[in-house]
Amino acid sequence: MIDLQTSTHRHLHVHGTSPIHGLAPEAKLAGLVAFVLIVALTPREWVAAFAIELALVVAAITTAHLRPTLVLRRLGAIIPFVAFALALPVVGDGSTTDVGPFALSVDGLWAMWNILAKATLGASASIIVTATTPIPQLLTGLSRLRVPPTIVGIIGFMFRYLDLIVDELTRMRRAMRSRGYDPQWLWQARPIAASAGTLFVRTYERGERVHDAMAARGYAGTMPDLGTESAEPSDWVVALTPACIAVAAVTAGGLW
Amino acid sequence: MNGAAQITVEGVSFAYPGAAQPVLDDLDVTIESGERVAVLGPNGSGKTTFALHLNGLLNPHTGSIGIGDLTLGPDTLAEVRRQVGVVFQNADDQLFMHSVYDDVAFGPANLGLTADAIDQRVSDALAAVNGTDLADKTPHHLSGGEKRRAAIATVLSMNPRVLVLDEPTSGLDPVGRHELADLLVTLPQTQVIVTHDLPFALATCTRAVVLDGGTIQVDMDPDALLDDPELLARHRLALPFGYGRTRSS
Repeated sequence: MIDLQTSTHRHLHVHGTSPIHGLAPEAKLAGLVAFVLIVALTPREWVAAFAIELALVVAAITTAHLRPTLVLRRLGAIIPFVAFALALPVVGDGSTTDVGPFALSVDGLWAMWNILAKATLGASASIIVTATTPIPQLLTGLSRLRVPPTIVGIIGFMFRYLDLIVDELTRMRRAMRSRGYDPQWLWQARPIAASAGTLFVRTYERGERVHDAMAARGYAGTMPDLGTESAEPSDWVVALTPACIAVAAVTAGGLW
Repeated sequence: MNGAAQITVEGVSFAYPGAAQPVLDDLDVTIESGERVAVLGPNGSGKTTFALHLNGLLNPHTGSIGIGDLTLGPDTLAEVRRQVGVVFQNADDQLFMHSVYDDVAFGPANLGLTADAIDQRVSDALAAVNGTDLADKTPHHLSGGEKRRAAIATVLSMNPRVLVLDEPTSGLDPVGRHELADLLVTLPQTQVIVTHDLPFALATCTRAVVLDGGTIQVDMDPDALLDDPELLARHRLALPFGYGRTRSS
């Protein structure tokens, strides 16, 4: 069973004093988006460009003093999304190549490689940013990048109340188990679905009460900026460097 | 402007959409500046509805509400909300930011204060609730008593003149109740304490009003009220078993 407690935000941020931890959040976020964009645009056959992008990720992990095992464990989150990529070489058409006893589609193999490589690089970069930036700072960064306040608010409340909702779910499941309900099979899932509905209603009501509490303290549609100091030019330079190197790698691959 | 303010409620009526009966029905009450008043009453008698009217979270269908010299209305709403701090029943609803510091700073930041002034307000408010050590903590990790104190700090940081506390003792252990009572009697604001915790009302308030059927049915000294079991029973009020009766000084 997934341990919901360890999947919540408290554990995302890893304390540290590395240069990456110290960068302003808006610069880190912009650097992340730029890097992921370049990764996504890298033609799948340009393996050397992917190698350079991987080297950049590894360099960032090292600079941030993050344990490789931590990054690998968190990469597990992408498994459900990339699992279907493994089927592509089998179901793909066109010319085939023999790998052991199997005749696999060449095009499918490239498609699989494309998805796996890009998902791994993109997710790793995101993991580095979330591990080196506390959630409140990330929210400040999003605001400063002019992300609409409603979106920033939704993300913020999601993280703030995730623990409470998980606690509530845990209590409801405990109440079910104590009355003899211990589902093992799919057809026993009806009470789980009902409790999800209850949880939704309770969460919705909580949302209204939280909004009251905010309005009572002068909230008028925009979250105040309580964040740290804004980005210095040097923050932008450092944060955008990986993306620039990746651009250079991809461009060089194109010219080559 | 600091200090305390008078509350004047005149002819206030309110019904929730679709409800046949009004929750508040031509309610009149005046609470003097600096007074601590317990609002008592059975479940569903409209205590929380009354509390939510005091800073304009609900609008009366008829009647008026005055805070000091201000009459609550669209033009005065922002100023009334600055002057009237509401502490909600569930502290988790009140503490919605990621650290206690940010939560206490939320109100002053909405007032547009400078970073230094916000910092000063947060330090003062947390010191007032004896919670300076809570600043960097995540609300989720606080005990019930700590959450309640942090919640009170979130409104103290706006320098309110009126404090409205909705069921402040719910979920608190006995020591937490004592600490809260000792804290409230030191605060200078006019206080409206919505509760059905009669010993707590006695410990903190010099006046008790009983809200029942949409209006104020009883308005007297809490000590005298607790001496009248018939009156208590008529409004579904009762002392918990085994409580002694002492008033905090």
